[in-house]
Parts: sequence; C-alpha cells; structure tokens
Amino acid sequence: MRDCSGLDPVKNMGSFAMSRGTSTAIAGVTIEIAGMPIRLETQDASFRRMLKQRYGPFVNESAKPGFHFDIHLLQKPGKLRADDDLQVRMQAGRWLLRRGDFKAEWDSVAGRGRILQAPGRYAIDSVLRIIHTLIQASRGGFLLHAASAIRDHRAFLFSGVSGAGKTTISRLAPPDVTLLTDEISYLGKDRCGYRACGTPFAGELDRIGENVSAPVAALFFLAKGPKNRIDAVGKAEAIRLLLRNILFFAEDADLVRLVFQSACEFVDQVPVHRLTFYPDQRVWQYIGRISEDAA
Amino acid sequence: MRQKYILRSSATAARLLGGEMMIMSVADSTFFTLNEVATLIWQAADGCTSLDAIVTRICDQFDVDREQAERDVEQFVDALCQHGILLLSENPAADLAPVLQAQL
Repeated sequence: MRDCSGLDPVKNMGSFAMSRGTSTAIAGVTIEIAGMPIRLETQDASFRRMLKQRYGPFVNESAKPGFHFDIHLLQKPGKLRADDDLQVRMQAGRWLLRRGDFKAEWDSVAGRGRILQAPGRYAIDSVLRIIHTLIQASRGGFLLHAASAIRDHRAFLFSGVSGAGKTTISRLAPPDVTLLTDEISYLGKDRCGYRACGTPFAGELDRIGENVSAPVAALFFLAKGPKNRIDAVGKAEAIRLLLRNILFFAEDADLVRLVFQSACEFVDQVPVHRLTFYPDQRVWQYIGRISEDAA
Repeated sequence: MRQKYILRSSATAARLLGGEMMIMSVADSTFFTLNEVATLIWQAADGCTSLDAIVTRICDQFDVDREQAERDVEQFVDALCQHGILLLSENPAADLAPVLQAQL
C-alpha cells in the first residue's frame, strides 16, 4: 500500500506503552455502539465536532470506554484513496489496519490504538466497523450486510447484496417500526441469544439508526419480486448466505474459524427465511403475519 | 485400493448442524456441505484409519456395493484434497507431520 504522507505508522506511531498522565484530560468523543464505548481522541476541534454530529445518539460521554484511539489527521487528503485494498492483520500482538485513506494499529489487550487518517467521516467509519468486527469475532457476534428494525420488542433482519432491497424495505417501514440500520446490522450475543443493536452505519437511506436493541426474531434474505412470498431456507444454505454477508476483513485463521462457528450458532438459533417482496407497504403486514405465526 | 490415509486439515472449521456437516476452509472461505456418507468419511479422517477401513464402514452402514463405495470415496477425497481440506498419505498420521507443518 502507498505510504500516507511519508509517515509509516508502524515505525513512527510510537509505542502503546507510552503513558499519559491520568489527570490530564484528553479531548475526544466517546462513541458507544452496541454497548461498546470507544474513545476517539484528537486535538482537532473541528474533527471532534464532526464526530459528535456524525454519531449523534451514539455519542455517550458518560460511558467508561474500554478502548481508546488517538487520531491523527493527514493534511494532504487529495492523495488518499478509500477504494484501495484493505488489509487487516495481526503483527507482533497488534492489529494493523491499512487502506488508502487510513492506517491504524490497535493493541486489543491494552485497549489502545492509533489512527492516521484522512479528515472526514469515511475513514473513521471504516476503522470503527473493522474494530467492532474484531471485537465481536471472539464474542460470538458479528456485523452483517443487512437492514434491521424492531417491531413489538423483536428485531427483524433483512440481508442481501446491494440492490436486494435493504434500503427499500427500511423506507417502507410503518411508524411503529424502529429502524436500527438500513445497511449494516450489529449482532451481539448474550446469555439469552442474539440481539440486534442499532448502528450509525447507514446506507442509501442516509438515516442514522436508533441506539436501541432487541432480541432477534428472524433473518430474511431479500429479493424483489412481483408478489410477497416467504420460503424456507435450509441450514446449509442459510450458513452459506450468512457467511457471504458477514463483514469480516482480518487475515486471521483463528478468527475466521470463530466467525464460522458464530454463523452456525446463529442459524441454529434464529429462524432464517427467503423473503421475496413487492416494494410497497403491504410487505410489512406480511412480515407481521409471518412473525406472529412463527411466535 | 492401495493403503492410504486421510487427515482433516487444521486449516478448516467444521460443524454438524441438523444432521449435515458444514466445512469451511479458513484459508479461502470455501464452504462445503457434506451428505451422510461424506460426513462419515470426514469423521473417520483421523490420519490413522485407512481408506480401505473407511470403505468397509460405508458398506456396513449404507446400501452400496464395495466397488461403487471405493469409487465414491476416491472421488470425494480427491476433491477435498484439491481444496486442501483433506490431506492424503500412503502412511499413517505421523508421516503427515511435515505436510501439516508446511500448512502453518
């Protein structure tokens, strides 16, 4: 990967052993997604303002962060490309994350990391998503290309590739539905099973999700069609489709193995269907009836 | 059939779910679903059980003649070996150690 402004974070970002006086207040913003507070520290006041505005209901300054990141902004963003290949790998006990518009390193045990990035929201959005995929991989959860929403205290997931209808079905949701995201769903696992959590990662709807969560009632793989219908999906096919839509970037065999086990566990616990839908409001009535029958 | 031995690669993840065995290569995320016979072969692929013995087990448990079972097993093993999911040797597991080491 091209070096960013000649500054190599691996060599020049210093050691995580570096300490700051605990009495010194560090300017930053704490972003809590799925009950996981991450502190982003930066000296740049305009970037902090952007973070507060961008992550809105997910900013929680009273939360005690489990992870801290120092953010350094690059001043020559014109040279940076967000579409360069992403690399995520473990080296010498630290995660290294690299793409055209950012480099980051993270010591997950110490809970500290550094990010060298282009100004703006896209790089930090990506870094946060990757960090959460790494955190969840060892906790049985995962992030999924899916819209998700809560109705009657239960969460419904709608997964599929771009164009499958994630944003459409989100847009069609009636007022009693709470939208968690139209693009990237967050699945956490607790003793009771899987919970879908709201995320700030929006798709075409460009609307930040609600910062709430609910137990997952069902997962639908989406396709648009001339009429609404739901078909059963066998477990093997469900796992295949699920794996295709789980966000995971790390070149790490152990974590890949964990993600596979999580996908199997999820399919074993959560009903999975294929939902072919005609894009109008009736689809939500249909989903309501199906989920009532299933309950 | 010559005496051969198969061993499950360590670069895989596997899970038995709803009676079906799911296998994924952690190297390239290739995903396989195994039927009952293939699951038996997979579970017997401990590096010590010969293919001959595996064929005998299949003939004992399923309604298939030995010749057909041998052909099916060879075909299945070839396919999974090509994906690095199974390791094949003419000797028992201890002799597969260099192959396993090379995978890491």
